[in-house]
Amino acid sequence: MGYQIDLKKMNAILADLSKTYTIYAPKRFVGDGTFAHIDTIRYGEISDLAEIEFAEKSNYSFKEVLLPISETLFYFTENEMKEADARAKGAIVFLRSCDLHALKRLDTIYLENGAVDSYYKRLRDNTKFILMGCTQSFENCFCVSMGSNQTDDYDAYLKVDGETVLLNSRWEALDDALAGATAKDVVPDFVTENDTVVELPEAVPQALFDAPFWEDYGNRCIACGRCNFVCPTCTCFTMQDLFYTDNGKAGERRRVWASCHVDGYTDMAGGHAFRNDKGQRMRFKVMHKVNDYKRRFGTHMCIGCGRCDDVCPEYISFSNCINKLSALVKEDN
Amino acid sequence: MTIINPYLPFLSEITAVIKHTDIEYTFRMTYQGDVKPGQFFEVSLPKFGEAPISVSGIGDDTVDLTIRKVGKVTDEIFENYVGDHLFLRGPYGNGFDIDNYKGREILLVAGGTGLSPVKGIVDYFSQNPADANGFTLLVGFKSPADVLFKDDFTTWQKNLNVIMTVDTADDGYCGKRGMVTEYIPNIPIKNVSDAVGIVVGPPMMMKCTIAELLKAGFREENLWISQERKMCCGIGKCGHCKIDDTYICLDGPVFNYTKGKFLKD
Repeated sequence: MGYQIDLKKMNAILADLSKTYTIYAPKRFVGDGTFAHIDTIRYGEISDLAEIEFAEKSNYSFKEVLLPISETLFYFTENEMKEADARAKGAIVFLRSCDLHALKRLDTIYLENGAVDSYYKRLRDNTKFILMGCTQSFENCFCVSMGSNQTDDYDAYLKVDGETVLLNSRWEALDDALAGATAKDVVPDFVTENDTVVELPEAVPQALFDAPFWEDYGNRCIACGRCNFVCPTCTCFTMQDLFYTDNGKAGERRRVWASCHVDGYTDMAGGHAFRNDKGQRMRFKVMHKVNDYKRRFGTHMCIGCGRCDDVCPEYISFSNCINKLSALVKEDN
Repeated sequence: MTIINPYLPFLSEITAVIKHTDIEYTFRMTYQGDVKPGQFFEVSLPKFGEAPISVSGIGDDTVDLTIRKVGKVTDEIFENYVGDHLFLRGPYGNGFDIDNYKGREILLVAGGTGLSPVKGIVDYFSQNPADANGFTLLVGFKSPADVLFKDDFTTWQKNLNVIMTVDTADDGYCGKRGMVTEYIPNIPIKNVSDAVGIVVGPPMMMKCTIAELLKAGFREENLWISQERKMCCGIGKCGHCKIDDTYICLDGPVFNYTKGKFLKD
C-alpha cells in the first residue's frame, strides 16, 4: 500500500514504533572518519528521520545489526553456561537495495549452510527492513552489474520529500499506523546504470590461482582487513573467550568479526598457516565473492556496493580486479 | 518453536587418560550418540577457547580424543584436566564411511597424529579382519619417542599387516626407519586397480604419499584423504575452513581424492 504523510506525523509513528523496535539507519558522524576532518557514515540508532543520511552511501553496512562486531554467545562459570539474552526490542533497519540483496547472502550462510545459527535467527526474525531509494549511483557502485540495484523484498519503502514522506508498506503494523495518511502510488527510486561496470568472469580455472596477476595485489595489500569489515556480505568470525579479572573463574565466549586478509585467519595450533602471501588472500576473497559462492549457492556473493573500493587505503579496486580477472579468463579460454 | 543453540557445549567427564608421549594424550570422554571415525568435536575449556579435535576411538558411551599440546587451548587441557571434565560440542564433519571399504583391499597410510582420525577404521578391521580383502597399516612417526597408540599396535599386529617407521632414531633402535613413501612400492597389493588407499597426515606427507600411491597404480577414485583446517564453528558459519566452494567442516574433513585434489587453499 502506498501513502503520503506529513513528516512530523511520520516521525510520531516512528516514535511509537520505537517502543517495540530499535530503529537503525545510516547516520553521519561528523569528524569521525579515518582521516582528519572527514566524516563517517555508519549505522546507529535514530529517533527522527532527519538523523538519517539519505544523500550519501554509508561507509559501513547494516550487517552489524544482525551480526554485531562482537557478540556474546554465552556466559560461563566453571561448570555451567548460560546463553546470552536476546535484545529486548526488535529492530527496524533502513537500507538500500544492494544491502537488501546482501541480507539474502547473510541468510544463506547463517540459516541454510549447515545448522541454523540461533543467534542470527533470533535477531533476524525480529527485524523489519525499510528500503531507502537511490536517485543516483554513488562513486564505485556497480550494483547494476551485480543485479542488486532493484528489489521487491522490503517491509516498507520510505522517501523523505521536503516536509512530506512517501511510503510503500507491506507491513501490517505500519499500515495500521498509517491509517489516516493519504493513499498514493509510490514507486521506489532505483538506479538503472552505474559509472562503474563490471564484467563477471565465467568459471575461473584453477590454473589462474597462481597467475602473476595476483602478485600486484600482494605488493599493495597491507592486510588491514577493512574491505572485509565494510563488506555487507562478509560473514566470518572467530571465537574468543575472556574472563573477568576480579573473578578468574567466570567469563564469556564471544564471536568477533574475522577477516581473510588479516594475519592469523588460517593459523592452526602448532603454527601451520595457509595463504601467507597477501596476493593469495586477495585471490581467495575475490574468488569467494564472484566464483565460489555462486558454485555453492547459485548467486554471486558480491552485491556491488563498492564499499571495499571506497575504504581501501592502498586504492585497490575490487571492480577493476574483477574486470581484469574476466579478461584473463577469456584469454585462458 | 525453540531453536537449538548449536554453540552451547555439553559437559563430558574424562573417564581415562592414556599418555602416549609428553605432548600427546588420549582423553576418553563420556559421550552418548552416533559418531564415526574422522568426525571431530569442538573441545573447549572455558576461558581459553575451543579447538577441533578428531575422534580417535569409539567405545560404548565414550569417545577418545587424542590431543597434542601445541596451542593455547590444548596447553590448558594438559594443565587442567586432572580428574575432571571438558566441554564438547559435535560431532561434526562427514567422517569415514567404513562401508566404502568393506570387502576391499585396503592400504591405510598415516603420519603422526594423522593416525587419530583413522584409528577407528583400523580398530574396526582389526576386530573384523574378514570384512577386508587384506589390510595394511603403514604409519610414520618422527622418532621412537613420538609413537602413539603403542598398545593398540600390539593388538593390530595380530590381524593386520602393520608397518611402522620413524623418520629418525638413535643407533640402538631396531624398528624400521625412513619415510612412509619408501615402503609403498614394496607393499604386496593383489589387485591395485581396485585397492583402497586412505591417507591422513601433515600436508606434505599427504601430497607425497598420494603421488606414490598413484605411481603404484592406485586409482584416484579409490583414494581417500582427511583435511585439517582452522575451524571456529564446525557448522559452516565462521568461514575459516572454507576452500573454494567447499567447507571442510560440512563437506569434509574426509574427501574422495577425485574431489580432494581440487581443494586449493
